[in-house]
Amino acid sequence: MKARVHVMLKDGVLDPQGEAVRHALGAMGFDGVEGVRQGKVIELELADGTPEARIEEMCQRLLANTVIESYRIETL
Amino acid sequence: MRAAVIVFPGSNCDRDLAVALKAAGIETEMVWHKDTALPSGTDLVAVPGGFSYGDYLRCGAIAATSPVIGAVKAHAERGGYVLGICNGFQILTETGMLPGALLRNAGLKYICRTVPLRVATTESLYTAGYAVGDTIRVPIAHHDGNYIADEATLERLAGEDRVAFTYEGNPNGSVQDIAGILSENRRVLGMMPHPERAADPAQGGTDGAALFAHLARALDLA
Repeated sequence: MKARVHVMLKDGVLDPQGEAVRHALGAMGFDGVEGVRQGKVIELELADGTPEARIEEMCQRLLANTVIESYRIETL
Repeated sequence: MRAAVIVFPGSNCDRDLAVALKAAGIETEMVWHKDTALPSGTDLVAVPGGFSYGDYLRCGAIAATSPVIGAVKAHAERGGYVLGICNGFQILTETGMLPGALLRNAGLKYICRTVPLRVATTESLYTAGYAVGDTIRVPIAHHDGNYIADEATLERLAGEDRVAFTYEGNPNGSVQDIAGILSENRRVLGMMPHPERAADPAQGGTDGAALFAHLARALDLA
């Protein structure tokens, strides 16, 4: 089985990279881009039947820093 | 007094840190990250700067899972001293030994220059060699030094006088200009600036030397 973990900076945590992308889009003439948040996607190849709680633990302990990041698990 | 400098793959300030510790009269040993125990009699664990594990995933995240970290945590829990500089600070926040996190610099650029720091407290063996309000000049060299913590943590740090150093002229966007913080028992210090790069006249400045010298004196007397 596969799982995809989406990691994003929490709301309220300034994302300077996202801001830089927003500025660049504006400079290229893409009007109306009001905000850009940049995150990461981590794909996991897992043994079949890996419980979601186990993936949750991976996120908590390593894949995300829950001080600043939130995550969402998508099993495929 | 004895210090152990932890070496991770990608550490690059480990030897500079050892030189500064030895210059302060501290017996210093290097400890590989795969070791699971610290040398007996270790008073101070020094976690150096660099790019442990290539900064993969997040700065310090992989190093924080290293075998040696269990021993470092146990050392801190016993009341041992731990000093994390630059990537070392990032590693200490990733392990949860210090609160908050270090984000990408607000200006997005890697910054390598000597900056003025204000000594914010002398209530620690690391900073007791200075006076509150002293300005010291210490190099920074980082891409991810933008300190952040939630409101409750910031209030706690301020209320408990746990901010060790602040920047004068904030270079990286750190909240409340924070450059270094102490643990609750004041024995774990994490800081982004590099005192070991300002510890010998040949480096162009010696403002960082007092940190090591005072710690060595105090622990030798203890």
